[in-house]
Amino acid sequence: MEAVLAAGIGGLAAAGVWLILRPRSFQVAIGLTLLGYAVNLFVFAMGRLRVGAPPVLASPEANDPTLYADPLPQALVLTALVISFALTALFLVVLLAARGIAGSDHVDGREPDR
Amino acid sequence: MSLPADHLIVAPVVLPLAVSGALLLLDERRHALKAGVSVATALALLAIAVWLLLAAAAAPGALAYRLGDWPAPYGIVLVVDRLSAGMLVLASVLGLCALVYALSRWNRAGPRFHALFLLLLMGVNGAFLTGDLFNLFVFFEVMLAASYGLVLHGSGAARIRAGLAYIAVNLVASLFFLIGVSLVYANTGTLSMADLARRLPLLGPAERSLFEVGAAFLGVTFLIKSSLWPLGFWLPPAYAAASAPAAAILSILSKVGVYVVVRLSLLLFGAESGASAGFGAQWLLAGGIATLAFGTFGLLAARDLARAAGFAVMISSGTVLAALGSGSAAAVSGALFYLAGSTLAAATLFLLAEILQRGRDPAASATEAVFDDEDLDPFEDDDTVVALDIPAIVALLGAAYLVCALMLAGLPPLAGFIGKLAILSGLAGAAAPAGPVAASSWLLVGALLLSGLGTLIPLLRFGIFNFWVPLEGPSPALRTAEAAALAGLVAGCLALSLWGGPALAYAEATARWLASPAGYVDAVLRETAR
Repeated sequence: MEAVLAAGIGGLAAAGVWLILRPRSFQVAIGLTLLGYAVNLFVFAMGRLRVGAPPVLASPEANDPTLYADPLPQALVLTALVISFALTALFLVVLLAARGIAGSDHVDGREPDR
Repeated sequence: MSLPADHLIVAPVVLPLAVSGALLLLDERRHALKAGVSVATALALLAIAVWLLLAAAAAPGALAYRLGDWPAPYGIVLVVDRLSAGMLVLASVLGLCALVYALSRWNRAGPRFHALFLLLLMGVNGAFLTGDLFNLFVFFEVMLAASYGLVLHGSGAARIRAGLAYIAVNLVASLFFLIGVSLVYANTGTLSMADLARRLPLLGPAERSLFEVGAAFLGVTFLIKSSLWPLGFWLPPAYAAASAPAAAILSILSKVGVYVVVRLSLLLFGAESGASAGFGAQWLLAGGIATLAFGTFGLLAARDLARAAGFAVMISSGTVLAALGSGSAAAVSGALFYLAGSTLAAATLFLLAEILQRGRDPAASATEAVFDDEDLDPFEDDDTVVALDIPAIVALLGAAYLVCALMLAGLPPLAGFIGKLAILSGLAGAAAPAGPVAASSWLLVGALLLSGLGTLIPLLRFGIFNFWVPLEGPSPALRTAEAAALAGLVAGCLALSLWGGPALAYAEATARWLASPAGYVDAVLRETAR
């Protein structure tokens, strides 16, 4: 399971980094989104991978911490997801405005000289 | 923690948040009401910050405030000590002056200016106060989200192009922040800064190396914010494109990055922290010197004053970070004093740049609507604004410019000189005459002196061009609100110079306090025991 998750995070991050270095602003937006997915999965994995372990105390009697998944990274991911979602939406608006005002979707606002 | 006055620690966060929410409910056309409420809030924030400064200066250690009364390593604490209280005062002074400046017309250049502005102040104040790493991330994001809106405020092609790059860079920086926070949590099991400092010496070698990777990721985030070379190329174009009041308040944003680096380096990697002591110091020193060099060359090459002010912000960050990297407590105290003065001066320069350039190049300060629902001509009632009619207006602007230039170049008799002298004497070991001075310290001394000269030459050139050359076209007009904002910032610079002794003593006490992180840890975790 660790290998699959690590390969998934690595693949997403690699694709994201490649895309944010591309010249078209939409590619940058998609790259930021993919990179965001990779980072959120990474934060999630930092709570250690557990299968079938609840993150909240099921009953007051069974309060042995080894039975539970670490809830804190899950809470962190939730916060980070909301923030990155909102900021990606804002980025898309700015991207559209830049596309409309410059007439080009190049990140510099104009086509490079050939 | 029972007196109502103790709850004032949380006020710099709660007050702007509540007021900014309330301002969203008001109709956009009620400019006077919105302006009045925002200025009153900024004044209240300044009063609270000064109160906290006095309380922090009087207290032996730090004042901790437990949110929701949860005990410290599990709950989130807000911590006021000398460093955070000083930064709060600086942010409130800048916030008030930038807001007053914006009242002359910029607050009508686009929707929801006041709400964004107060949210930005909330994020900045929260970042200064928080004692928890993830909470710091949230406040960073609040601050950045508001700053995206403010960079784009006024719209227009230049702002949108600069804003696109600014947002992309900062989104990537936020992702680095998350990677760093999660690595730190995975290897230490805590996100509270005080608890981290306590647990760090106990880490095993495997966890320690992974923790240092996490700390390096966090460091990259904060250094992107504080625009350390080579992470700071985004800063000058973004700040130069932003409207003048937004650029003035943005100059505190890069100091938030500097603040976090100072706080975490001295708390986690101080002399007492075991195997990780001094982590990253060489990088800070080398990066700081490179930033000084890059900022100086940029300033020499800058063609307009707003861009020059952006490079001045970079130089100021580079100076503080390099002084921190040198590892001398005396240099850090000088750097903290220098930080306050140079930030005020750089913000003043952004405001002056707009006043001086709008006469020559009307396009520079114009707004341009992109979406249909924007106010198409926000400045149409410009004629009704009563301009301050003083014959010698150029002389007044020139005097303000002179103060700015002296502060930034570090020439006597103003505070910039005192700060630089304190850094230099700290580096040369005047405080501790034993032992030879390291070669890297000499390098930093040289870089500081040369950057002073390299700042003076272009500022002199801009000064001659703007004030001595006979004016073509209309002379610059100065509105009442703009004059008040400039006067406030210049008064801040002069006050730092006149009361340089007490201010420097405060900075020295701050540096001493930061050098012994045990006091911080005790203050946060002792509150728990009660």
